[in-house]
Amino acid sequence: MITRRKFLIGSGVVGGGLVLAMVLKKDPPLPGLRQDSFAPNAYLQITPENQVVFHYDKAEMGQGVITGLTTLIAEELDVHPSKIITEAAGVHPDYGAPVVGQITGGSMSIKDSWQHIREAGASARAMLVQAAANQWAVDISQISSSDGSLLNQITGERLSYGDLADHAAQLEVPESTSLKDPYAFQYIGKFDQRLDARIKVNGKADYGMDVDLPGMKIAMVRRCPHFGGHAVSFDAGIARAIPGVIDVLAISNGVAVLADSYWQASKAVKALDIVWDKGPLAGLTSEKILANQRAALRDGKIKELHSTGDVAAAQKNELLEAEYVLPFLHHSTMEPQNTTVLIDDGKAEVWSPTQAPDMVQSAVHMASGIPKNNITVNSMLMGGGFGRRAMTDFAHEAGEVAAAYPGTPVKLVWSREDDMQHDYYRPSSIHRFQGSLNNKKQLNSWSHTMVSSSVITSFANSLIAGVLPSATPNGMVKSMGRGLSSLVKKMAPIMEEGTHIPYVCENVAVSRAVYDPGIPTGFWRSVGNSFNGFVTESFMDEMAHAAGRDPVEFRLSHMQDFPRDKKVLELVAEKSAWAESAAHQGVAVHPSFGSFVAMVAEVSVEGTSFTVDKVTVALDCGRVVNPDIVVMQIESGIIYGLSAALKPSLQIKDGAVAQSNFHDLPVLRMHEAPEIEVHLVDSDIDPTGVGEVGVPPIAPAVANALFVATGQRLRELPLKLG
Amino acid sequence: MSENTTSISFTLNQQAQQVEVSPDTPLLWVIRENLKLTGTKFGCGIAQCGACTVLLNGKAIRSCVTPVTAAQGQELTTIEGLNDEHPLQQAWVDLNVPQCGYCQSGQIMSAVSLLNDNPKPSEVEIKNTMAGNICRCGCYQRIYKAIALVADSDEDQA
Repeated sequence: MITRRKFLIGSGVVGGGLVLAMVLKKDPPLPGLRQDSFAPNAYLQITPENQVVFHYDKAEMGQGVITGLTTLIAEELDVHPSKIITEAAGVHPDYGAPVVGQITGGSMSIKDSWQHIREAGASARAMLVQAAANQWAVDISQISSSDGSLLNQITGERLSYGDLADHAAQLEVPESTSLKDPYAFQYIGKFDQRLDARIKVNGKADYGMDVDLPGMKIAMVRRCPHFGGHAVSFDAGIARAIPGVIDVLAISNGVAVLADSYWQASKAVKALDIVWDKGPLAGLTSEKILANQRAALRDGKIKELHSTGDVAAAQKNELLEAEYVLPFLHHSTMEPQNTTVLIDDGKAEVWSPTQAPDMVQSAVHMASGIPKNNITVNSMLMGGGFGRRAMTDFAHEAGEVAAAYPGTPVKLVWSREDDMQHDYYRPSSIHRFQGSLNNKKQLNSWSHTMVSSSVITSFANSLIAGVLPSATPNGMVKSMGRGLSSLVKKMAPIMEEGTHIPYVCENVAVSRAVYDPGIPTGFWRSVGNSFNGFVTESFMDEMAHAAGRDPVEFRLSHMQDFPRDKKVLELVAEKSAWAESAAHQGVAVHPSFGSFVAMVAEVSVEGTSFTVDKVTVALDCGRVVNPDIVVMQIESGIIYGLSAALKPSLQIKDGAVAQSNFHDLPVLRMHEAPEIEVHLVDSDIDPTGVGEVGVPPIAPAVANALFVATGQRLRELPLKLG
Repeated sequence: MSENTTSISFTLNQQAQQVEVSPDTPLLWVIRENLKLTGTKFGCGIAQCGACTVLLNGKAIRSCVTPVTAAQGQELTTIEGLNDEHPLQQAWVDLNVPQCGYCQSGQIMSAVSLLNDNPKPSEVEIKNTMAGNICRCGCYQRIYKAIALVADSDEDQA
């Protein structure tokens, strides 16, 4: 994924440590602004009633971003995180980053907010201190702050932030301010609760699915099961006769039903009699896709991604060769996709569980024609995201149906079957490796060639729609989307993510051929790392065994230029008792999203079945903001990655997904989950990614453990013993 | 077209309720749409994920496949009916169990049912019972620990 930093560097916006240009713009008005509040920037409002309100501009999908960002602002503001009222930010130019806008993804929320959210808190606190100094006629050095109030150290008088809000609002936002020294942190690295835990155990958390408005109707859609196909004609007679059904209408994605309730709508969409044109993928199967990928690996246009040394010359030595095969993967967020739209009087209001509220705004604009500045987006809590909710197809559908029913709030809801069969999948891929050792049994050459489709094409259209003016015709948006897609491919080759091995090797060549079977693909937690982590760490393990060396010792002996990778590997080896343990253990190391991770998995095997008993993890993600949320994210990444590594994979038949729900596309359950133990490396380096970094190493760690246990090298996911 | 509806009466979270709905309507949608209690979630619609779990006379059921007629004259409890007072809810907060949180109402109701039947479940009993509830955020280890914590503390009090 394009990192925000890359764009900032590209556009020359990255500034020095303390420069603050963060002043709330007056136009357009900030969504959710309390009129009488002290609002020095788009993030913070302090009311005379002493409410401290924080608008978080990253989307909460379970990763703990509300707590993390609130902790950052709380630290500099000197208010306990639990006393801050948190609200999801609306769409506004003061939020987000150039080009990528307000999207939450790429494990970059804490990393990219680390500086400016603390600055937002620090400048507000400085203004409150100045207001108090003016009121008390003392120097600011005589004033100290603690938990939402200021103390006059001479007189002992105390004023709350709310008492000072009116006064502070009259002051200029300072051009610069200083941030706390880390030794003085009270909350960063220490606060380890979750601010959203209580509402998530008492049923009060409001997800997109829970939106309820007066007069609201429920919409569902039957989409062509065959990707790229469409409805030729439909007979809605039976559907319309179902009580509660209001209308049946064709939309761009299929045939929509509008009804009073979910149950009525779901009966009606099933009752629709539709003649489908199966489209260009009719007859396509997973087997054919794999055969075409093999052909592309053999005969396709292979493009080098990166290389060093001379692999061809080095490969005159004895070669180890291997081929790895990985399937399409579904996201299956617990909450099926949905969005509610109310269009009235030339304006739209949207309630969406989304990773990209500005792209949802664009999608509803494209669906309804309402100008973007007349569309308000309310970001709802998400029942999981994992990259799926960076796409806005469901919001577009809701916008289309709502546009046909002005004045009626329309909640468009997907069934689980819709969700599994109309996802943007992790692309399937095939990888060929060749490696050689030198006479010291060290890596001499490493060649990796892969074939997969791109994940960026579908995304580029919604991305470009977000930055273009409302008046841009849809056709132009699409063509610019294609342009951006090729630009983004050059800037951030997502398929390359995770191919840079943390090992010294003089001769490396990594290359790729593109074969796009036409199945919609998108961001799946850890994206390119999700397959490159498996193949590189499986092959590194093969090289270690080919060298007749211990897999940990072999890796360590190549890590002289990779000190942070080396440290996590040493730590995980120690914590898992690698040298002494009698368990069947496998190891994997995979840096991603700026962080460094090593895992040891332990397996037990009985015949052809096996269990993953324990996973020990060492993580260096720089400075930790909320230690327990970091651990939770690693646990989460492991279970997500393990589910994909162990459970049956999604199958394509006749250009459609062959499975439909959790009964035939099962995911990991509690009795199959390993014990997980996470060790964090102490660090004072700025924070890096956490949400996705636990996914890539788990599959290779398990495969490598299974090799130790059985002698079988599993080169295909999901893992199956023969 | 007018709907063929039935009147169904039951007790929900200790309050008498009466609804007029089509008799094949799953209880889940009656709870969420008619009675506006949205803590109970829709996840799969086929009793595979457990997000819709509620208690019928104290026992966990999947409300997405239970027709509303099955509730006639019965006692129902949803997550809201625990009134934020159940020790499992506190254990969930103390151990930072929820991530996205969408499955957690169902997880908690399954755990309440388990402890109603079996106040001191073994590890295997906990895991086998809770295997009916999917969590895509992977909170399984913490859910297990939270249930074990409450089961153990009950033992201490005994």
